[in-house]
This record gives sequence, structure tokens and C-alpha cells, in this order.
Amino acid sequence: MKGCIFNIDAGYLEGLCRGFKCGILKQSDYLNLVQCETLEDLKLHLQGTDYGTFLANEPSPLSVSTIDDKLREKLVIEFQHLRNHSVEPMSTFLDFITYSYMIDNIILLITGTLHQRPISELIPKCHPLGSFEQMEAIHVAATPAELYNAVLVDTPLAPFFVDCISEQDLDEMNIEIIRNTLYKAYLEAFYEFCKLIGGTTADVMCEILAFEADRRAIIITINSFGTELSKDDRAKLYPRCGKLNPDGLAALARADDYEQVKAVAEYYAEYAALFEGAGNNVGDKTLEDKFFEHEVTLNVNAFLQQFHFGVFYSYLKLKEQECRNIVWISECVAQKHRAKIDNYIPIF
Amino acid sequence: MSGKDKLAIFPSRGAQMLIKGRLAGAVKGHGLLKKKADALQVRFRMILSKIIETKTLMGEVMKEAAFSLAEAKFTTGDFNQVVLQNVTKAQIKIRSKKDNVAGVTLPIFESYQDGSDTYELAGLARGGQQLSKLKKNFQSAVKLLVELASLQTSFVTLDEVIKITNRRVNAIEHVIIPRLERTLAYIISELDELEREEFYRLKKIQDKKKIIKEKAEARKALMLQAGKDVRDIANLLDEGDEDLLF
Repeated sequence: MKGCIFNIDAGYLEGLCRGFKCGILKQSDYLNLVQCETLEDLKLHLQGTDYGTFLANEPSPLSVSTIDDKLREKLVIEFQHLRNHSVEPMSTFLDFITYSYMIDNIILLITGTLHQRPISELIPKCHPLGSFEQMEAIHVAATPAELYNAVLVDTPLAPFFVDCISEQDLDEMNIEIIRNTLYKAYLEAFYEFCKLIGGTTADVMCEILAFEADRRAIIITINSFGTELSKDDRAKLYPRCGKLNPDGLAALARADDYEQVKAVAEYYAEYAALFEGAGNNVGDKTLEDKFFEHEVTLNVNAFLQQFHFGVFYSYLKLKEQECRNIVWISECVAQKHRAKIDNYIPIF
Repeated sequence: MSGKDKLAIFPSRGAQMLIKGRLAGAVKGHGLLKKKADALQVRFRMILSKIIETKTLMGEVMKEAAFSLAEAKFTTGDFNQVVLQNVTKAQIKIRSKKDNVAGVTLPIFESYQDGSDTYELAGLARGGQQLSKLKKNFQSAVKLLVELASLQTSFVTLDEVIKITNRRVNAIEHVIIPRLERTLAYIISELDELEREEFYRLKKIQDKKKIIKEKAEARKALMLQAGKDVRDIANLLDEGDEDLLF
């Protein structure tokens, strides 16, 4: 019954998305790609996959950045197709996915304005998924204050801004802190929204978003060691929708070194396993790699259930990971640095 | 290389002394320049071997740096633009110093850290470790580049100076010294010639004097025979000075 209601609005798109998912490269495809000697070989192999002739019109010599651009372009087209055919509440869900790119774009634009770079130069460099109507208008703002009053309050990101960043902060705060504050607000809002939708979507998405929140908290803690970021400031950046909330986050806020972070993670079976396998030695997987792998597993699991929106989010994330994998392999091929070529994160 | 190639100078004792002085100077200068050229050459070789060493190292370091960029991109995604927009001033700057090698000033570049990291929190949420590794790798690459630039500049400057010095050494050795020597030889030969002429002339004068004296004696003897004793009569015009021009 639930399936019928779901299928009225989103059945076609879910089917489409699952179709797209089948185009994600398999382990055997990666094995082929890893064998490549040149980028031309790589192009040839990619032609045999779902990517088809997406590099056909590129003049040689092929550069890694072109591959990167083309991969992203293809992903954006697919996603926008889904977005254009969606209706409420799925369209809001898809919009929520784009907000994270929007945050990156806004941060780029703010940094540019603060340093008096021409906005017209920056706009082409923004991520296409995160573009919004007001972006074109952003050039009217010459100062951060104007930017805040005239542009930001009208963007979909306004609620995140209003809650956590005031006009003065734009001038004074470190841009990376602004970004992470925004991202925290975004994750929490997205989490709430998924809960609101309820049902399978909530089950699947909350799991993924909770992991994302916890990962950010842990990574921010580890990366802040040895920088000027104080413990209080650090604690403000933790998204409060993960499994670590509230005890784990409080413990993380007190942590002084890697060992203490690890001790905190010990209390959570899921994360303890990730910390176990991670090492900083050559050949070991880093903690971030472990997190990526776990994220991929969660996203793949999202496809095990039907009639929910999680597949769209998971598909986008998996595809992004795939783009990074392909770029990684092409970099290794281009730089003839084959020792670490197997460090990509396999998806299926 | 004939006798024509010599200094246009009047052959005299004074000129000979002058040329002798110049020749000694030229020989001394040649020795000094030769020493300078050798010193420069030694330095040149040293720099050359250092350049080769640095360049090989450079290749490896650059490769590693480029690869860590790929690694950072893998974990962090595309962060180029954000970093670019955040940069306000150069973090590593260059100071230039002078080094003196055998009178040649060589520019030496020295890199130094100016101010702290402007974008310390980069990659806070993901990829921070990769980014710090990336920073470190590129920093060492930049330092190497500066070192290489310094060596290359010294190399070019030294090359120029060595060429000039060698040209000078050769010019002194093969042109100036031979010319001075030829001039000296010419002066000596001319002076000898003059001496011989002088000797001959003196002889001639003595001959002439003898003849004149004999003639005077003969006339006096005739006068005596004629009864006139002129031996003690002083000549009115005679001032006791024989002014004889030849």
C-alpha cells in the first residue's frame, strides 16, 4: 500500500535512480582502469562502461582536470534531471542535498569578496549543483555587510545564516569556521527534515546523516590539534545529530590528542572498528579512508530498501566517490605513480 | 706577427725603461688573472655539481608534491579555488645576499618564512592531514626552487666572468706580452745600431782631428823655415777651443 502511494510521485524517479546506480563502476571495471598505462587507455576503458563517449570530443592530450570536469558535468546533468521531475516533498529533499554545495559556493564567494576579487571571475568556479538564482546578483554586494543583507538573507541558506552568524562575523571570523558552522546547521536541519518525512526515508537517511555528523566531529577534533582553534570554538562546530551526541561530543571537546579521540570512539562499537584498522604508516589505510569506506557501505545499504528518498542521496554520494576514484586513478596514471593506485575506495 | 706589430715609440733609453716596466707589469697581471680564472673555475665546477644534485632532487620532490596534491584532492575534493581566494600575501619570501668570489659578486637567494599560515584551518572537516602534508611538501619544493634559482644565477654570472677573464688572460699572453717583447727587441736593436754609428763617428772625428793637426804642424814648419816663428804667437781668434762640427 505504502509503495503505491510512494510510486505515484516518486516511483519513476526511483526506478531511474536505481538504473543510474547500475552504471556505477564495478570492481572489475576498476581492475581494468588500474591496468592502464596512459590516460588514453583510461578513456578507452571508460568508454566500455556506462560513461560511454563522454570524453569523445576532448582533444588530446587529455588532462586529469578535463576528466574531472566531464565526470562532474555528467553527474550534474543526471541529478538535475531527477530534480526537474520531482514533486513535493521529494523536491525539497533534493534541494536539501544541493545545499551542501551551496555552502561551499557561498564560502568561495564570501572569501572572494573579502579579498576584493571580481565576482564574475568566481561564479564559473562554483559547483554547478550549488548554484542558485541569487548567485548572479551577488556582484551587487561590494562589502560583506551588503552581501549579508542583500543577498544571503534571500538564499535558501538564510535560516542557517540567521541562526549562527551575524553580520559582524563575516568580517572577523575565520572562513573555515563559518563554513563548518553553516555545515553544522545544515546537517541538523537536514536531519530534522528527514525525521519529518518519516518512514523508511527517516530510517535510512538518519543513519547516514548521523554518521556524517559524527565523522565531522571526529575529524574536526583531530585536525584542530596544533592549530589556533580553541576547545570552545571547536565544540561549537560539532553537528549535534549524531550518535556521539551528547556524551561523545562533550568528551571530544575535551580531547587533547589522537589517543584521547580514539578512547572516546572506543565507546561506540561502529567507530571503534574504524579506528582499529586505521594507521598512519605507509600502506595502512588512514582514518579518513576508513570513514569513506564506511560511508560507502552505508550508502550501498540504502539501496537495500525500497520506497524511500535515501537512494537519491546515496546515489549522489556514491557517484561523487566514484568521480574521486577515477580522478585518483587518472592522477596516478598521469604521474606514473603506481605504488598507491589501489588506494581508491571500491563501491561494489 | 711581423716586426711591424709593435708599439709606435721612439727607441731611446727612456722608452726602453718604460717598456721594460710595462712588460713586467703585464707578466705580473697575467699571473694574477690566471689565478683568478682558476679560482672562478673551481667555484664554477662546484656550482655545476650542486646544480645537478639539486635538479635531481627537485624532480623527486616535485613529483612527491604533485602526488600529495592528488592525494589531498582525493580526500578533500576540489579545494583549489577556496585556497586561491584566501591567499593575501606570500608566505615564503626571498632575501637576496651577495657573495664574493675572487672579486666577483654573486647574488645568493635565501628564502624565509614571513608571517604565519593564512589559511591554517584548511580542510578542517575533511582531509586536514593530507593538506598539511601537501603544505609541507610544497614548502620544501619552493625552498629547493629558490636554492636552484640562486645556483643558476650564480652559474650564469660566473660563466660570464670566467669567459671575460679567460679572454683577458689569453689577450695578455698572446698579444700584449709578445708585442711588448717585440717593442723591446726593436728598441734594443735600434739602440745598438745607434751605438755603432756613434763609435764610427768618434773614430772619424779623431781621424779628422789628426789630419788637421798634421796640416797645422806642416804650415808652422814652413813658416819657421821662412823665418817667421809663429809658435808662440797666440792666434787672435783662437780661444783654445776646438769647435768642430761634422
